[in-house]
Amino acid sequence: MSEGSLLERIAQTPHGRRLNLQLTSTEETSVTLKLPFSQNIIGDPIKKLVHSGAVTTLIDTACGAAIFHAQKSLQAMATLDLRVEHLTIAQSGQDIFAYADCYHLTHTIAFVRVTAYTDDINKPIATATATFMRSTKKFPIQ
Amino acid sequence: MSFVNKLNKIKQERDFEALVELIPYAKFIGVETSLVGDNIVSGLRFMECNIGNPALPALHGGVIAGFMENAALLHLIWQVELINIPKIVDFSIDYLRPGLAATTYSSCDIIRLGKRVALCNITAWQTDRSKPIAQARGHFLLSENKPL
Repeated sequence: MSEGSLLERIAQTPHGRRLNLQLTSTEETSVTLKLPFSQNIIGDPIKKLVHSGAVTTLIDTACGAAIFHAQKSLQAMATLDLRVEHLTIAQSGQDIFAYADCYHLTHTIAFVRVTAYTDDINKPIATATATFMRSTKKFPIQ
Repeated sequence: MSFVNKLNKIKQERDFEALVELIPYAKFIGVETSLVGDNIVSGLRFMECNIGNPALPALHGGVIAGFMENAALLHLIWQVELINIPKIVDFSIDYLRPGLAATTYSSCDIIRLGKRVALCNITAWQTDRSKPIAQARGHFLLSENKPL
């Protein structure tokens, strides 16, 4: 199986499927994931705005995918910490993308930066940094 | 009725279940609330669809974070006299243990309540409160975002 199709499955954990997360592109050490807008992920029922928690899940998943891609293997990892800055709110009805770059790997730790946006990556809605503990165990993707 | 007025009515009637009903995402991930004294306390019942690592199995880290963000939001809504809906500014989470297939509980402390912004600490645990699965902190904007 090609790495691309394996990576696509990273969004296919039970909760990834529930949010309908999709891999849209990859570069050398980075990936982009999409969170399609849906009624289920609304946090503000009046303005129909997406809940920050769904954005956090998109970002966390994108980090995992970027690490798989950068380390060129499906070795599992555990999130140590994740910090998200919410710069602005995504307009209602818009899909949200997360561009995650695993910019540094040591034997034990992976460092990732993320930009989340709707139309234009230069106008992000959120930015994030995260560190992960790497593991020798294989991530369970069928 | 404006959203803030609706929330104030819910608070007045101490109808903590109605609060979750208002937030589709909270229902979606399985948030349940209860009242402990004057505090609204959030729990997250285990659901297969919240799994992020099927091998352990463990909850998705994003769900744990989303649950804790929402717990802080509900806590602020319940405790603070609302002018606006608190808006998350930043959120930082440390993962301490995997979230296993069990109910997750949370507690939230307001560390600093200013006129415009609040800082909250949130802890999440499952079977043993002294063994938290994650701790987090976040700033929430309480005022309107308008020119100073």
